[in-house]
Amino acid sequence: MVMAASETKFHVLAVDDTLIDRKLIEKLLKTSSYQVTAVDSGTKALEFLGLHNNDHQDVEVNLIITDYCMPGMTGYDLLRKIKESSSFKDIPVVIMSSDNIPSRINRCLEGGAEEFFLKPVQLSDVNKLRPHLMKRTQTNVNKRKAMDEIVSPDRTRARYNELEVN
Amino acid sequence: MDLVQLQRQFVDYRTSLYHEGFLDEQFTQLQELQDENNPDFVVEVVSLFFEDSERLLNELARALEQQSIDYKRIDAHVHQLKGSSSSIGAQRVQKVCIAFRNYCEEQNVEGCLNCLQQVRHEYSLVKTKLESLFQLEQQILTAGGSIPM
Repeated sequence: MVMAASETKFHVLAVDDTLIDRKLIEKLLKTSSYQVTAVDSGTKALEFLGLHNNDHQDVEVNLIITDYCMPGMTGYDLLRKIKESSSFKDIPVVIMSSDNIPSRINRCLEGGAEEFFLKPVQLSDVNKLRPHLMKRTQTNVNKRKAMDEIVSPDRTRARYNELEVN
Repeated sequence: MDLVQLQRQFVDYRTSLYHEGFLDEQFTQLQELQDENNPDFVVEVVSLFFEDSERLLNELARALEQQSIDYKRIDAHVHQLKGSSSSIGAQRVQKVCIAFRNYCEEQNVEGCLNCLQQVRHEYSLVKTKLESLFQLEQQILTAGGSIPM
């Protein structure tokens, strides 16, 4: 059944190569009533978003929270890839790091990160996410409608069929 | 020992762990995140910390035995250990890791070996203490009581 997804819960994609921190951030986010998908690398994050397929957005992700220090693709690398992508650049990105390095923090904020959290991340930090999600909501709804109509004419047709009386 | 005594012993023990610097505020955060949906959350996270630490300590020992020491690799392991100890609130372990990283930067092998010994010691202490704490919790639960916050 193809219906517009109800936005009762925001969906956060969490990225961290450490199992303990993934478990922690997942719990923090779930406690704050977010739906969570946790992955262990930037590559997996991009795969989840569907970026690798050069496709339109496969899933609705409302915010990405990522560790900075990860092997291969750092959190900063992931941030830049998101911001340089036409499909995903409007998704707010938050960076976490255990190191308090001002130049790193500035670089991330200048690179487009909404917030920079020092680890260990706490509930008070997660509470700061909501405003970034709230202001995007209307943009996401408009974008999704536009995308559905351009990219998936079949889906649109199915929806119209359901609406038809008879 | 009756339930009230057990609960008092638990609270006193837990308080002492904070006073002696074994645990910090982050451990409290973990306890606050635990709920009926995830009643074993703290034990699960701490168990991950134990597994992770043991692996890292072994890697560190091995790395420091090498003819030609790879300080970058050692620093990477210590960074991980510092991160996980900080995530569960194991303050004394975290503090040794900070000193350890400084010795890595200086490429000071003596300093590193000393720190390895120290961090092993602190890890072993906090592991014993957390296991005792969890045991007390279990006794309270078995006696039909609830864990004081």
